[in-house]
Amino acid sequence: MSSLVLPEPDTAVLIKRNPLLKGLKKAVPGLDIISDEDGRRAFEADALTAYKMMPMAVVLPVNTEQVSAILKFCNQHNIKVVPRGAGTSLCGGALPCEDSIVVGLSRMNRVLDIDFPNRMATVQTGITNLGISNAVEANGFFYAPDPSSQLACTLGGNIAMNSGGAHCLKYGVTTNNILALKVVLIDGEVIDIGGGYLDQPGYDLIGLFVGSEGQFGIVTEATVRLLKSPEAARPMLMGFQSSEDAGDCVAAVIASGIIPVALEFMDRPAIHVCENFANAGYPLDVEALLIVEVEGSESEIDSLLDKIATIAQEFNPSVIRISQSPEESLAIWKGRKSAFGAMGQISDYYCMDGTIPTNKLSEVLSEIARICARHELKVANIFHAGDGNLHPLVLYDANNADEVRRAEEAGAEILKHCVRVGGCLTGEHGVGVEKRDIMYEQFSTVDMEQQTRIKSAFDPNWLLNPGKVFPLDETPQATADGES
Amino acid sequence: MAHVIRPSEEEELSSFIAEAAESGVPIEVFGAATKRDIGRPLQVEATVSSENLTGITLYEPSELVLSAGSGTPLADIEDLLRQYNQQLPFEPIDLGPVLKGEAGRGTLGAVFATNFSGPRRIFSGSARDHLIGMRAINGRGELFKSGGRVMKNVTGYDLSRTLTGSWGTLAVMTEVTVKVLPIAEETRTLLFFDLLDEIAIDLMCDAVITPYEVSATVHIDQELVSHIAPDELASQGKSITAIRLENFSESLDYRIEQLRTQFQSYGDIELLNDAQSLEFWSSIRQLKFLQVSNDPVWRISTLPKNAAEVVRGIRAHHPQCSAVYEWSGGLIWLLMPPLSDAGTSEVRRSVGALGGHATLIRSDVSTRASVEVFHPLQKGPMKITQHLKNVFDPAGILNPGRMYPGI
Repeated sequence: MSSLVLPEPDTAVLIKRNPLLKGLKKAVPGLDIISDEDGRRAFEADALTAYKMMPMAVVLPVNTEQVSAILKFCNQHNIKVVPRGAGTSLCGGALPCEDSIVVGLSRMNRVLDIDFPNRMATVQTGITNLGISNAVEANGFFYAPDPSSQLACTLGGNIAMNSGGAHCLKYGVTTNNILALKVVLIDGEVIDIGGGYLDQPGYDLIGLFVGSEGQFGIVTEATVRLLKSPEAARPMLMGFQSSEDAGDCVAAVIASGIIPVALEFMDRPAIHVCENFANAGYPLDVEALLIVEVEGSESEIDSLLDKIATIAQEFNPSVIRISQSPEESLAIWKGRKSAFGAMGQISDYYCMDGTIPTNKLSEVLSEIARICARHELKVANIFHAGDGNLHPLVLYDANNADEVRRAEEAGAEILKHCVRVGGCLTGEHGVGVEKRDIMYEQFSTVDMEQQTRIKSAFDPNWLLNPGKVFPLDETPQATADGES
Repeated sequence: MAHVIRPSEEEELSSFIAEAAESGVPIEVFGAATKRDIGRPLQVEATVSSENLTGITLYEPSELVLSAGSGTPLADIEDLLRQYNQQLPFEPIDLGPVLKGEAGRGTLGAVFATNFSGPRRIFSGSARDHLIGMRAINGRGELFKSGGRVMKNVTGYDLSRTLTGSWGTLAVMTEVTVKVLPIAEETRTLLFFDLLDEIAIDLMCDAVITPYEVSATVHIDQELVSHIAPDELASQGKSITAIRLENFSESLDYRIEQLRTQFQSYGDIELLNDAQSLEFWSSIRQLKFLQVSNDPVWRISTLPKNAAEVVRGIRAHHPQCSAVYEWSGGLIWLLMPPLSDAGTSEVRRSVGALGGHATLIRSDVSTRASVEVFHPLQKGPMKITQHLKNVFDPAGILNPGRMYPGI
């Protein structure tokens, strides 16, 4: 973390900062430009707080036309652009560069159209994830992807990172729930992709844009799929004396043909921290805890949870507890969803986001324990057990430079191990600046070139969200030769 | 058919494409060629098939993941999955017989090259939604990968999805990895008869916004029911509107009853049991309703609530056309009378006015040569499409011009 290098600032831009900002003001009438130091300070980092960099300015557009004019101006003057939603990225996806302008979309948070018969809503992408569900809740609908930060994080950020959440085992991640996008390219051109239909004409450009980490353009509006809320949902808790038992139980549940709406795993340290924070009633004398949630009518839920409990009996559960009330269900989820916040109250932590084949869970947890012990660091693990997405939280003291370095090293070793067992570096947070330098662990040179060529086609000067996703030696100069 | 190269190794395919790129030789690419007659006619000097890139390389039922060579027959994959009580959730369709070929011959790769999904798309998502990784060879002959074998993966750009629906014009897939799901314990279907298109669409749209997890809906014009299974349904000669539920048996008792009560005003309701339901939906998946003739067929994507009006706009000019509405109306299969231009201008005009896109699925080669088969793109998406073609296939040798001029 301490060793992060950002792209070399463009001194020609830095030197002209004031006239450029004046020019921008003129080019985009009415644009709110934050250029004072205190104002910019609020945007110098995202939720990966170990990295900070003050941008030249922050702009807060209110509509697509302004975003278009901003990008056109920046492109003409070779100014780097860092798109930003709510700044909740855990991988430095919204980290500014010194010579960049941050384009914050938080003021573009309106719901533009709700179409229940066709099951979709069109919104500006600065809306919070939960804001979408709140807007349609009274009619019994919801927007499915539910990252833990859903109260704060924006749809724009979710689209950039293809965010998931605890309930994506059943409902899919962001890319599975987007029907159309309005995108502003670096030259200011505004393009509409998709139209709310269940498939697109031509290439899957929605698939291309979702997860592109703000490097192809700025998405200003999106049409999302709305789903009808189930009649009811209820979680149960199951405690085990080993992660093997918990992992085997998950496999057996899935093999039985039941796909719960959520299947979450916590190890002992995580259980204790979450319970201490949320008083969720988690058992404290177990090594592994599963939260399993199912949906349906009350009697269907009873029947499904019974089936799951019966399956679990084969794996020596110490505790099986089915939620008895809506309040208890809320508490159970509050514990899980506040895991990161709760951990933050007791220590600085570095949240990893690898994905592993689910049957490697025990092996990977042991390796994580070994890695952290070697670096003399504590770790707690949260795991989306149904889909293999693992969040080790490596605890460290941000004021201790040596611990920071060790945490960074341990994190990289953990992710490399995830790749080694058949998994990947990031399941739902994105690459950002955090993982860009270990991309070669997962990808070959050819794999990387195939991606950087697309980046260059959209953004020949690599002005959009620079320094993210790719090691810095993959930047335009390095790829120019490969372009036709 | 001219001499077809059928590499059985990625390296062989890779060198073949690299050499073709070097010398600018345009190549036709397909799997088992069951959908070869969709698209603008090609002018090529070589033909390559992925159908020898076969074999299931990974199947972990408890992880819900399967990888296979792109040329692996879909039928083999579905047979294996069935042994473990699992399935491809998006229920891929079989276009073979519709295009005068055999049934059950399509390959896994072609499912993703076309991104055509079946009835369950409305509940479980499309083919592209279940794609989690891919290996492919681009138009330079370079083998690259994207995604992997784990369900959640946002490492790098999503090139796998970018290649879905690209009809072999960007790269040749060599291996794909998909998410699979369990087969439901039981399937049942509610049937309604003689509903007007608009009414049927209202019913289907209302059905999918109940909390009962309707997994498919279809409305079939009475002219197209004759090949539908079971036979006794076909022989009634009435339009059919069907709503499917898949779940544990005890849930179905409750859910069917709820739907029956809610939708009793739509007239008499018949119920298909598990076996009948499987037979019925299998005939929908095989597009039996399009096998009543060899006339031109359009596949139209639109908003469900506009679907009936889209068809009405076309019927105003071609009263003999018949429609099947899947996905509550979001997908229309339109069987046209035997027109030399397949009714292209009326289809495009009606779809253009109400929103959506139309692809000509069946027509003779002279029609395909004279009209746009794929829906013309707006300027912006076409610009990105050209960027992508240049990036993946700079020499323009892979299925050149199949989708659009130069693409």
